[in-house]
Amino acid sequence: MNILELKNLSIFLSGKKILDKLNINFSQNRIYAIVGLNGAGKSTLAYTIMGLSGYRDIQGDIIFEGRSLKDKTITQRAKKGITLGWQEPARYDGLTIKKFIMLSAKEKNNNIVSKVLTQTGLNPVDYLNRAIDKTLSGGERKRIELASILAMKPKLVIFDELDSGIDISSLKRIFDSIKLLKSYGSTIILITHNLEIIKQAGYSFLLCGGKLVLEGNINKIYPYFKNECFICAHKNKPKNKPKNNIK
Amino acid sequence: MRFDELLKLSKEEPILKNKNIAHLAINLNKIVSENSVPGLLLDVKEMKNGVNIKMTVSKDVKIKEPIHLCFGLTHEQALQKINLNILVSKNAKICVIAHCLFPQAIKVKHIMKARIRIKENATYVYKEKHFHGVQGGVKVDAKTIVKLDKRAIYKNTFVLIEGSVGKLNLDYNVTGKEESVAELMTKVSGSGKDIIKVREVNNLIGEKARGVLSSKIAVCDDAKAEVYNVMKATAPYAVGHIDCQEIIQDNGEATSIPIVKVNNSKARITHETAIGSVDQKQLETLMARGLNRNEATKAIIAGLMS
Repeated sequence: MNILELKNLSIFLSGKKILDKLNINFSQNRIYAIVGLNGAGKSTLAYTIMGLSGYRDIQGDIIFEGRSLKDKTITQRAKKGITLGWQEPARYDGLTIKKFIMLSAKEKNNNIVSKVLTQTGLNPVDYLNRAIDKTLSGGERKRIELASILAMKPKLVIFDELDSGIDISSLKRIFDSIKLLKSYGSTIILITHNLEIIKQAGYSFLLCGGKLVLEGNINKIYPYFKNECFICAHKNKPKNKPKNNIK
Repeated sequence: MRFDELLKLSKEEPILKNKNIAHLAINLNKIVSENSVPGLLLDVKEMKNGVNIKMTVSKDVKIKEPIHLCFGLTHEQALQKINLNILVSKNAKICVIAHCLFPQAIKVKHIMKARIRIKENATYVYKEKHFHGVQGGVKVDAKTIVKLDKRAIYKNTFVLIEGSVGKLNLDYNVTGKEESVAELMTKVSGSGKDIIKVREVNNLIGEKARGVLSSKIAVCDDAKAEVYNVMKATAPYAVGHIDCQEIIQDNGEATSIPIVKVNNSKARITHETAIGSVDQKQLETLMARGLNRNEATKAIIAGLMS
């Protein structure tokens, strides 16, 4: 069953078409990757699905569990079970990690905060009462955001550049958290251009210039992305009739 | 409202019963309760509309438990004047927690004049928290002059985030000699027709003197806030920083005027100011976890003010 369907989805930002008639279906409880070079429209797609301000005026439709999200606010989308992990999570002066996670949590109990922090590799004793401010590194904030998403147990989560700010040694634990989310029944969309992240996905979509140009498993997507996209002379301006096996 | 009920509001009641903790509780111009500890001299005189307080901490005395001051009014209309003279002698160390309670105020004026002298190598930490009623009938006029001797430390926190501010006028003037440290933090949340004025002046006149002026102000409805931060450095290796964050909502209006004056090439002062509505990414992150706009805004402002 499809949890999310993009139907002819287009969006213009400052008069420029950033997403171009995307038709993509996402099945329930699977891990997907959205792959592409900078400027391909990956983050825009994440923001558009979440309905962030400036990303609501769409053409086409976004269907979640059979219903259109077109007129839904961010909060309404979140209450339906959709959430977003930012490439660079926000800082909050004074707001403690405990409070932040509690605000996100589906079940409001004290144990959940310690549990999700531990699951993301952070010692609750060291972090519970710290503020999410500039004393935390980007990697720490990334993990705290992931912890808040684990506490939320969303039906659909989109991670924008999950590996941003995360050192290689910590990636495994992040991947464990992704698997944990999957075990909760979540559908996960990973926005990335990192091979290690793409490997986590069962199925990937390659975007170029806001268009879907290729889809498939990692064996199909990654060689093309690596061998064709990085050296491509017309970056983010896909040809009308791309070569063999391109959509 | 009785004064004991007022004390319950501030959660100070048990502290006032503890003989090991110094305290002074004032209702308008009457001493309600007083206790001192070794090394602390409290000289309090009642006046017509308030009190004169002289607090002296003896040389080398380090008072472990914070000294609690409670200035309150059970009245709806009143004028309260507090004159505070504090001397923290050489090598002494104290922390003062002050509560100013005006829950019933409809037309109350609270005037505070403080003169603080912190001698060489002494430390004075002062935390003042206000509880105002919802009527917005309080006018607070507080002027504080602080002199810091060599290696003296002064840390001041002013918090007014509960109830309606009314009219608030804070005026600090701090002068620091060699290697002294001054840190001032002001947190105020205004609403309705509140008017908030904060003026902080820090003069770094001694070599290696340090100062930080931080203000966190939130205004909504038709409230207005004006923060005037002045940091002057006239000595080598003096270092100062001004940090002013103001969040506005609705028709709120915020002004920040940082003034930095340096006349020594070896001194350095920096400042940063941010005025605006709640940060969009902060807001949308919380909304993406299911909070509505108001809930998210409240959480962000509560964090900022905590």
